[in-house]
Amino acid sequence: MSLAKSPWIIHVNCNSCNGCDIEVVACLTPLYDAERFGVLNIGTPKQADIMVVTGSVNYKNVNVIKNIYNQIPDPKVVLAVGACASTGGIFHNCYNVIGGVDQVIPVDAYVPGCCPRPEAILDGVVAALSILENKKKGNIKGKEVKLKGKEVPSNA
Amino acid sequence: MTTVIPFGPQHPVLPEPVSLKLEIDNDVVVGALPSLGYVHRGLEKFIDTKDYNQTTYICERICGICSALHGITYTKAVEKLFDAEIPERAEYIRVIVGELNRLHSHLLWLGLFADGFGFESLFYECWKYREEVLDVAERITGNRVIHSISKVGGVSRDLTKENIDMLLKMCDSLEPKIKDIEKVFVNNYTVKQRLVGLATMSKQLAYEAGTAGPTLRGSGNAIDVRETADWDIYKDLGFKTAVAKEGDCYGRTKVRIDELYESIKLIRNAISKLPNGDIATPIKGFPTGEAIMRTEQPRGEVVYYVKGNGTKNLERLKVRTPTFANIPSLLLMLPGVRLADVPIVVLTIDPCISCTER
Repeated sequence: MSLAKSPWIIHVNCNSCNGCDIEVVACLTPLYDAERFGVLNIGTPKQADIMVVTGSVNYKNVNVIKNIYNQIPDPKVVLAVGACASTGGIFHNCYNVIGGVDQVIPVDAYVPGCCPRPEAILDGVVAALSILENKKKGNIKGKEVKLKGKEVPSNA
Repeated sequence: MTTVIPFGPQHPVLPEPVSLKLEIDNDVVVGALPSLGYVHRGLEKFIDTKDYNQTTYICERICGICSALHGITYTKAVEKLFDAEIPERAEYIRVIVGELNRLHSHLLWLGLFADGFGFESLFYECWKYREEVLDVAERITGNRVIHSISKVGGVSRDLTKENIDMLLKMCDSLEPKIKDIEKVFVNNYTVKQRLVGLATMSKQLAYEAGTAGPTLRGSGNAIDVRETADWDIYKDLGFKTAVAKEGDCYGRTKVRIDELYESIKLIRNAISKLPNGDIATPIKGFPTGEAIMRTEQPRGEVVYYVKGNGTKNLERLKVRTPTFANIPSLLLMLPGVRLADVPIVVLTIDPCISCTER
């Protein structure tokens, strides 16, 4: 029951400009205060239920994000926060940017905006909760992401 | 016998991915090796595909925390290429939004810093007060974090009478609250035990290491680009550089708290002197030549170099951000510090990795 109402989140800053990150932290602080529902920002992936990713993926941090995803126990939900995490955003053409987070790990919900407001992020977490509940009922497991994929060029 | 401990890229204290390889002997750090590149997007190359007006929005997204000042510095550099006369009202609005940016950035840092040494209620207190600043910024510019107020030739939105009332009300209500948190940061016994004497840099060392911003001023160097650079408007507003003599984490905290008062004073003075008139001049043609612009960001001095070649795209854009200047000082401060104090010392330069790596 507690899983359905009070998920623990891990916040992963992937390639973000900090704009979305400070809004994610603002969700947890007094004005928006998600912590009153028991939503905790936890440091280690091994205790987390929801992975909140901000920013796009680049060639250096692609393995970091895959590693963190693999370490989260099932059932797990990935929430992409912001335009960059969803599609690559304003940076999608940059030479070092692979694209949105869904290029490397499966994403369950997206929060658009540059930057999204804290209300929108909380909405995203609430949407992620029902997905988490379904995954738990159906015993759906996230598949292990291989560290070496086609997106990493041979010279990287 | 030394052990190497990886610190980051994913770490509970760090809001951003930076990796430090810490060499420790028992509990004391003897060496640190940073590894960067986790947030590199390649924005300076990106100007090939965007024209000089669109680049304003790219520059604002170099960093989400000091975004307004990135945009303002870039637009002022491009205006130098055009030799454009900017309406005075636009300059004042830029100062007001820039100082709002500094207020929210410093309150954010104070909160994260308090979290870094384990004072969670103080963290929440700072972030609660920060929301007041963000509310006003949202009312003025339309967004909480990325303000997009500055454009080449002026500003994109005017201040209304309502905005000015809101600003003054925010200044009045924020000042006593800052006094409250100042009491805790400056006088609290537990906080002082963690901060005083930690990672001390002498005045000479801080200058020679090439540090910038509160890291430099926390060691007694009264150097602030707002006072020295070619943007005169701050002199008219009665700006005074905040300095602390201590040179340790405590001194750098004191500088940032003093700058909060200074920002409030600047906003009040700018409002009282706010001239009437246009907010932007139309700028036509393509930029040629080269220009350098320096402004003081919350984290220190930022330098923009732009070079135009008569086409709609700039030929070169180079940004030197304050954190890039401060990271070498981190490597000087960390040896001799206990492992438990490493998060505090790393936070004390107010690292902004997405600025540094772009």
